[in-house]
Amino acid sequence: MRFMNIVTSSQPMRGPSPALAEAMHKLADREIKAGRMLDSGGLMPVSMGAQVRITDGKLGVVDGPFVETKEMIGGYAIFELRDKEEAVAAAVEFMQLHKDHMPGWEGTCEVRMFASPEMEDACQVDARIAS
Amino acid sequence: MPARSMPGSPLEARAALAPSAAMTAADIHRTVVAVWRIEQPRLLTSLSRLLRDVPLAEDLTQEALLAAIEHWPVTGVPEKPSAWLMAIAKRRALDHLRRGQMLARKHEIVARDLEQEQQAMPDWDSALDDDIGDELLRLIFTACHPRLSREARAALALRMICGLTTDEIARAFLLPETTISQRIVRAKRTLSESGLAYETPRGAELSERLASVLEVVYLIFNEGYAAARGGEWLRPQLCNDGLRMGRVLTSIAPQEAEAHGLLALMELNGSRIAARTDKAGDPILLMDQNRGLWDQFQIRRGILALARARELGGAGGFYALQAAIVACHAEAATPEETPWPRIAELYAELATQVRSPVIELNRAVAVGMADGPQAALEIVERLAHEPMLKAYHLLPSVRGDLLQKLGRFEEARTAFEAAAALAGNRREQELLKRRAAELGSAARRCRPDLR
Repeated sequence: MRFMNIVTSSQPMRGPSPALAEAMHKLADREIKAGRMLDSGGLMPVSMGAQVRITDGKLGVVDGPFVETKEMIGGYAIFELRDKEEAVAAAVEFMQLHKDHMPGWEGTCEVRMFASPEMEDACQVDARIAS
Repeated sequence: MPARSMPGSPLEARAALAPSAAMTAADIHRTVVAVWRIEQPRLLTSLSRLLRDVPLAEDLTQEALLAAIEHWPVTGVPEKPSAWLMAIAKRRALDHLRRGQMLARKHEIVARDLEQEQQAMPDWDSALDDDIGDELLRLIFTACHPRLSREARAALALRMICGLTTDEIARAFLLPETTISQRIVRAKRTLSESGLAYETPRGAELSERLASVLEVVYLIFNEGYAAARGGEWLRPQLCNDGLRMGRVLTSIAPQEAEAHGLLALMELNGSRIAARTDKAGDPILLMDQNRGLWDQFQIRRGILALARARELGGAGGFYALQAAIVACHAEAATPEETPWPRIAELYAELATQVRSPVIELNRAVAVGMADGPQAALEIVERLAHEPMLKAYHLLPSVRGDLLQKLGRFEEARTAFEAAAALAGNRREQELLKRRAAELGSAARRCRPDLR
């Protein structure tokens, strides 16, 4: 099963402390060598990006910063793992590093499973519940 | 050790409201195994380095898992699971060394070091290696030692490199747990008794030993990709385990062209998994597959790995050539765009390396698509008396297909029936029987005298 772990935070974006950066680098290196992590990356602040929106049937391009945005995505990692528990364990370990090396930081690491053809049925169940 | 807070996890729920109806014992078990599995490679490599005894290190890694399964549901997952597991493993190591008849000088020294560490209240975490690459490579070479049978190598590699439990390996290979456990015990005994060097081979020995590793990785992948026995066409988890080992190898031995070639082959074949069967689980042939279901992310990884193999001078390698063939399919947007002449060429090149009637049969298929069924049938007929293909269902299956294209329906039907009788997989059998039956009616339409 493939997962994307996404880190979000509502705090003003700042780079990781040197200690956290080093710890994250070590962790990524280990996970790649263990053949578990397929890809990972950090995202630049949203102020440097843009949003393409559809509102009231109109398409528009808006440059950052976006005052109304609460949760900013800071980075992601893609894993190939056996089950959700493994993805959660990876997220817990990742967040523990933040707790240890960047006190005061608050945020969320969201664990999301990739959609796959086998998952289609599950999504249809969701759609039925939603409709 | 302070319990780590795990919001929303089975363990936290268990600690807070045990026994919770929502959390089954299986959920908790999976959570513990998941945490252990993160630590398992580092635990195993560190212990192997410390004890210079891979089988013992492996036992201790498993014992640490059992201890975690026993304690963590009650205490929560410790904040530093690696240190906790290492402490347990080292304590058990001392017990083993004290109790065992292993009074060899090597063990005496290790035991003395461990005792001194225990007394000094060490930081267990610091005993764990940060960079496990070299150690992991040594471990892979040990688990896949040519002195062990292929089956034993596969079981050991799954256990030591992917952290599978004996039960998981048994289920993956559709074998009783006792069979796998005996296989592992015997393999470990061979490793212990033969005093095989625990090291990364160098020079000329390296390529020979690497071939032994790659063979096992490919065996594991293929076992999942085309399960030879039983009703399930695919056991994708084994594919993922093979892929994972391929990724491990290419990241810790990045200069080995054939490792990249094998990874490319597995990624490219793996990219079609979702498209290979229909909803009923019946196989769909390559040319009939919905290419929209092919995993483009995986195809890209495969193409990159193949490019890497070529950069390293490995374009003509056994796995790289096969990967190049699969890449021809992966990069064709429609079946009509398949570059069959190129594929036939690649098979011909492969055939100069490995004299294999199976490769020749595959070349025949490509030639059939490039130059027509008659040219292909000539190759296939030359293979008719190959002893290696006597029980190989794809020989009559390919022959049947070519005969059908030549309009020789009755001969084609007989060929498909022969193929169905040889196929080991129930679903494949059914597919072949269906083709034979369809041809039966086609033959009757063309030849009224057969009615």
